[in-house]
Order: sequence, then structure tokens, then C-alpha cells
Amino acid sequence: MDSSQFFGIASIAYILAMVVYIAYLAFKNATVGVIATTITVVGFLSHTMAFFLRWKEFYQIGQMGILRAIPLTNLYESLIFFVWCVILAYLIIEWKYKNRSFGAFITPIAGMALAFIDISGMDKNIHPLIPALQSNWLLAHVTMSFTSYAAFAISFATSMMYLILTTEDKKSAPYIFWTVGLGIFITVLLAMGLDFLVFKVATNSPESFIKSYLFKATYRSSSGAVSLVSYLGTAAFIFLIWKFGYLLRNVIASFSISGDLLDELTYKSVAVGFPIFTLGGLIFGAIWADQAWGRYWSWDPKETWSLITWFVYAFYLHARFLRGWRGKRIAVVAVLGFVCTVFTYLGVNLLLSGLHSYGGG
Amino acid sequence: MSGDEKNKSIIDRIWNLFSSIKLAVVVFSIISATSIVGTIIEQQASPERNIKLLTKFFGPNFAPSAFHILDTLGFTDMFRSWWFMALLLIFTGNLIICSIERLPKIWKVVKEPIRPVTPERLKALSINREIILKEKVDKASEHAAAVLKRYGFSASVIKEDKAVQLYAEKGRYSRLGVYVTHLSILLILAGAVIGMLFGFNASLNLPEGASSVVAYASGGLQIPLGFDIRCDNFNVSFYDNSDTPKSYKSWLTILEDGREAVKKVIDVNNPLSYKGITFYQASYGFVPNRDAIFKLTVTSNSGTKEDVDIKFGEPFTIPGTSVTGKVVDFSPALAVDESGKLYTYAETMLNPAAFMEFSENGSVKYRQWIVARSPQTWKVADGIVEFKHLWGAQYTGLQVRKDPGVWVVYLGCMIMALGLYTSFFTGHARVWVWVRDEKGAAKVVLGASMNKNKISFEQKIDKIAKEIKEYGS
Repeated sequence: MDSSQFFGIASIAYILAMVVYIAYLAFKNATVGVIATTITVVGFLSHTMAFFLRWKEFYQIGQMGILRAIPLTNLYESLIFFVWCVILAYLIIEWKYKNRSFGAFITPIAGMALAFIDISGMDKNIHPLIPALQSNWLLAHVTMSFTSYAAFAISFATSMMYLILTTEDKKSAPYIFWTVGLGIFITVLLAMGLDFLVFKVATNSPESFIKSYLFKATYRSSSGAVSLVSYLGTAAFIFLIWKFGYLLRNVIASFSISGDLLDELTYKSVAVGFPIFTLGGLIFGAIWADQAWGRYWSWDPKETWSLITWFVYAFYLHARFLRGWRGKRIAVVAVLGFVCTVFTYLGVNLLLSGLHSYGGG
Repeated sequence: MSGDEKNKSIIDRIWNLFSSIKLAVVVFSIISATSIVGTIIEQQASPERNIKLLTKFFGPNFAPSAFHILDTLGFTDMFRSWWFMALLLIFTGNLIICSIERLPKIWKVVKEPIRPVTPERLKALSINREIILKEKVDKASEHAAAVLKRYGFSASVIKEDKAVQLYAEKGRYSRLGVYVTHLSILLILAGAVIGMLFGFNASLNLPEGASSVVAYASGGLQIPLGFDIRCDNFNVSFYDNSDTPKSYKSWLTILEDGREAVKKVIDVNNPLSYKGITFYQASYGFVPNRDAIFKLTVTSNSGTKEDVDIKFGEPFTIPGTSVTGKVVDFSPALAVDESGKLYTYAETMLNPAAFMEFSENGSVKYRQWIVARSPQTWKVADGIVEFKHLWGAQYTGLQVRKDPGVWVVYLGCMIMALGLYTSFFTGHARVWVWVRDEKGAAKVVLGASMNKNKISFEQKIDKIAKEIKEYGS
């Protein structure tokens, strides 16, 4: 068996786990919970196996030493690793806090990331390393960056749950914030899915796909009517989420997760992600750039967006420690932090140019 | 405005402004917002590129004026603009003054070792446990001290009337972690300033065989290097059967007064440093050139081998025969289209090929394309012509940098790692144990505080309490 089959098993397991976790939350049956965890663990083991197999395949093709053959050099591989980190972090939380409720929220993130990998039709082939990436810093810089992204993803999930759980008043800012945010998130994903269905045959790389066809089936359609309907549809969808969002609150409230635990988990994830991001993402990235290009900082879009992300999380920490921010306000900051993280990770590669744009392959 | 406010000197007011966290948030936000614009507008690019980009946002009619406004405001090269530097400066000042303002309070805590507390204060601590041991006070307190010791707390003891108090702490200096992190940011910024003042960033395109005593900064400004650098050779190698580059290598020589001082082969992640100036492999290019030399190894059918260097049109002889060859055409990147026609598909030497004409006794015998990357094309009727390299037709693009501040930046990075570790993964833990005689039994009150990771610390305190309780069992 090769790595792609193990990846396949893992993807199916996560999507199945999501369903079982939801069933567990609905029926609160302990056996169902154990089944959900088992499925996740099986998926995770298969995922790990696939990662190392791909490493081995890369090593055999790449002709450049085992440390430089880590399969983390394009968008496909990095998303796969990101999902791996998220699942690992989730399993640690489940084990430490003896609480399965998060599974229903975190496996969908993993499932959606894997779905994005699939629908975008990105290149899954193994490519040998271009000269700029042939450095031992690759391993440290990239693994630590993605580990921190995964920690931030966890903080996003928990802070979003916190907001859903603690906001009731439809006119309050945090409620509007999370409903509109969730609405935009879902409609953008749907719009991208439509782009893919409509223009599937036209392209083979995600970069050219997004550059040429992003939202062309909806918002940026050449037909004014389609574009108008898309905007109206989005507005209507966001309105519906705003109108019925409190139902989600009831769902989370029935899982017996306390707001304090969510707040604490958000902080813990940021406290793990922030130092790793600073060291692995910013510092190691700077040292590597210094060795490869002679500039430790060149304000390229990836670096600039990393710095913005860093600012947002630095603000999170200072607001918490110096101003004693807790609860909704700080949860909003954590959500914004992850929005910046996603843009640093995907947006820069797909929408902006820069030295790091080779990551888009 | 009160009288006090009026009497405040301008320096006080500036100090107050810079010591506010609000300013930090405002500066953070402005830096972030302008940086976002700076990542969308392509920096230091040609106006046409950015106008084309702006057309997407503002339409063709307004794009030129939008560009003009952004250009005037400095957004087309914003990371070097005066106002961005000013923002960074304000941020630095803010960081320094905020740290100075808060440091004395923390310093006091750090300097002062833990002291015993009154029972009332002990009970007011957020973490506290009570245990009754059927023991004498002395025995119970000795046991508690032993348990604390196991958890890394060496307790001081104070004996009171019918009571004993133990107190211990760990990680007092961890409270300084935040300031260490702030200091490291300042060091990194200082390193960047040193680099800007005393260093330079330049580039140099050196054709194979050429040398230079200067590099070129942006705007064409010549920067003397103080020595001579020569490119002896440049080579791109590819992964088998593809145009994916595997390595870019330049063979460089540093010359001092005409003598070779250093020789090094550099590639992308492996630069050459000499006297504080570092040369990085940055780019390369093709310079069509009649004086370029085709480096060949020619082997006759009888096995005689000879290395041959020839220019375009110059003849060479296949050893041991009277057959001569010469290059009559050249393509830097030869390809065959579907109909079998040959064409050049790139401007760089992706697939260099020489069209050679072979003659014997003055008459042309045959012509053949010899492709450097395809050994099967080297075989000709009278032997093997291996096309090794075309020397002198490529230049290596070097990034040339002098940055005396880089070590300060690296030092700052190391201190930052240390500061972050201290801030996030260590904490100041304090424990007080008060043991009192109560009707012949020992009442143990355990109080503790920790400035971070309270939940896991509380679990640790629970373990300590449990072990104290298990005395004698």
C-alpha cells in the first residue's frame, strides 16, 4: 500500500468520526463516544502512517537526504500535515479533559480541510525540492509553523463555541460577529465549491484556478443577474444564521461544556501556539531567509501577514494579562487571530505574490 | 484642566502618552492596516503593474488616479517610507516606556523573597486545602516539609506558639520573562538599525570569466567591495528528464591585489562570506555571446579521448581521424514540436544544444544537433562528442550584502526564545503550609498561589495535599 491509500482511509475515518461524534452528542451514549474516539484514532494512525510513507517516497525520489525530504513542500502536503496536527491536539484535549464534546466541532474542521484538498483538485504528485527549499531549516520552520497553525485552529474552534454558547441577545455585537462570520465562512466555501463544479475541467493547478475562476460562478459572474442573486443569497443565508443561530447555542449548551473551560482552552491553545509560531515561524523563517537570500526580513506578503497574525495574538495575550480581558471580548480577538492565520497560510499563497508563493504548488 | 495638569511639562505628557497601552493598540492597528495595503500593492514594482492591479478594484477610469494617490503617500515602497519608519519608532518608544513603567513593581516582587503569612491571608488565597492529621505538630510539619521537598519546594520554617509555618517558592525570576521578551524585540530592532546605517544591500551580475570590484545598490549606485570577485563558472543542474532545477551553483574566487584569496562554490542556501560581505546565489541569466566557449570531450571510435575548447565556428578534430567539426548554430533551450520541427522554448539555458557540422577533406560529411542534457545525441558517425558546458554565455546573479547588525538580530532572536519560554512555560509558584495543634491533632492548612497555568498548578497542590494526608499509611 502506498501513502495515498492511507490518506484515503484517514479522510474517510475523520468524516465518519464527525458523524459519530454528532450522534454521541445527540444520544449521549458512552459506547457511541468510545466508537467515535476509536474511529478518530484509527484515522490518525493511518494518517501518521501515510505521512511517513510519503516521507519515504519523497526521500527515494528527491535524492537529497532524509531531513530535507519531509513531505511539507506544497499546499497539498501542508494541509495534510495541518489536519494531522489538529487531530493530534484534539486527541490530547479529549484525553486530558475527558470530554468528547469537542470532537463534533474539531473533526469537521479536519474533514473540511480534507474536503478542500480534494475539491480544489490540487496537485498531489511528489515534486523534488527546488534549490531555495534545500535547507535543513525547512524541517524546523515548516513543522513548527504548522503546529502553531493547528494550535490556533483549536483556539478558533473553542472561542467560536464560547461565543455561540454565551451570546443570546441578537442585537449584541458578539452575536452579530459570530453569526455573520460563520455565514461568510460557509458561503465562501459554498461559492468555491460551485466554482469548482462549474469550471472543473478548465485548470489543473489551484493557483491558476483561484486566480482565474475564484467566485466566477457566483459573485464575479459575467452575468449581472447571477452575481446579484449570489449577493442576495449570501445576505439571506447570513440573515438565517443570525435569526436561528441561538439553536446552535442550545446544541452546545446541551453538551455540558462550561464557558470557563472553553475560555481556558482558547488561552491554552494560544499559549502553546504563540511561542511556537514566534520561534518556528518568524525566527527560524528569518534565519533561513538570511541564509538563502541575504535578508532576514524583506516585508514580503507572507512575512508581513505573519507579523500581523503575531500582533493579533500578542494583543490577545496582553489584553488578557494586563487588562484582564475574559469572555466574549477576548474570544472575538482569538477568532480574528485565526482569520489572520488562515490568510497567512492560504490567502497569501493563493491571492498575493511573494517569495513564498512556491508553496502554492 | 486642573492646575496639576497644566504644570506638567511637555516631557511628562509625552511620557504619559507613550506609557499608555492605548497608544500601543493604535500603533499596532495602524502598522497592521497599512501593512495589509502594502501586501496588496506590489512594492517597488513598475507603475504599470500596480495600475493593472488597481483596475480590478477601482475600474480603468480611476485606477491611474488611485495609483497616483497611493504613490504620493508612499504605499508603492511603504516599508522604507519615512512614515512607516516613524510608526516603528513610535512602537519602539511605546514598548520601552511601557516596560520601564511596569518594571519597578515587578522588580520589587522579584527582589523580595517569600515571607510567612498570617492565617487569615492564608485562607484568603485562591488555592487552599485543609487536612487534619492525628499527629504532633512537629512530626506533621516535618512530614509536610518532606512532601514539599519531593515536589521541588525547599521550605523555610518558622515556629510560632503551638504552630509551625512552612513557606517555599519556585520560579521567582520567571516574572521577568515578559521583559526579557520585550528586550529581545528592542535588540532585533537595534540590529536592523545597525544594518541600515552601516550595511548595504546590493546585487551583482557576473558573467562567467568576469570579475568586479563593485556591487550595485538600487538606483545603480556603485558600492566598492574592497576586493575583486570573479565568477569562474556557473551551472544549473536539473532533476532527471525535467526542467525542475536541482541546484544553481557559482564557482567564485576572491582576489586581493590579483592574488587568489578564497575560492568557493556557492549555491542557494550556501553563500560566501568574505570580510563582512556575503554573496548569495540569487538569479542567473543567459547572455548570447560569440566569445563563449563550448567545452567538449571528443572520443574517437578507436577510444582516443581529448578535451576540446572551441568558440562558435572554430574547428576541432576528432582525435586520430581527419574529421573536423564546428558549431554552426546554437539553441539555449532546444525542443521538438509535435510535427517534428525544432524550436527554442526558453531564453535561459534550460536545454543547450549545438548544431555541429562535420567535414572531411574539405567536404561536409554530416550535420547533427548535440544536446548537452541528452547523451544519446552525442554519438556521431566518427566518435562521441560530449557537450559538457557552454562557458561564458551565462551570468550569475549575486545578492551582495553587508550587515554588521545581523548578529545583534540573532542575539535578539535567542533572547526572545528564552523570554518566551520563561513567559509561557514557567511561573512563580508559592506555597505556605501552616500546621497548628488542634485538640491534640495537627491541623494542616495548605495555601498556594501561581501567576499562570493555575489549573495544572492546582492539580499539583491536590497531589501534595493527598501525600500530606497519607502520612504514616
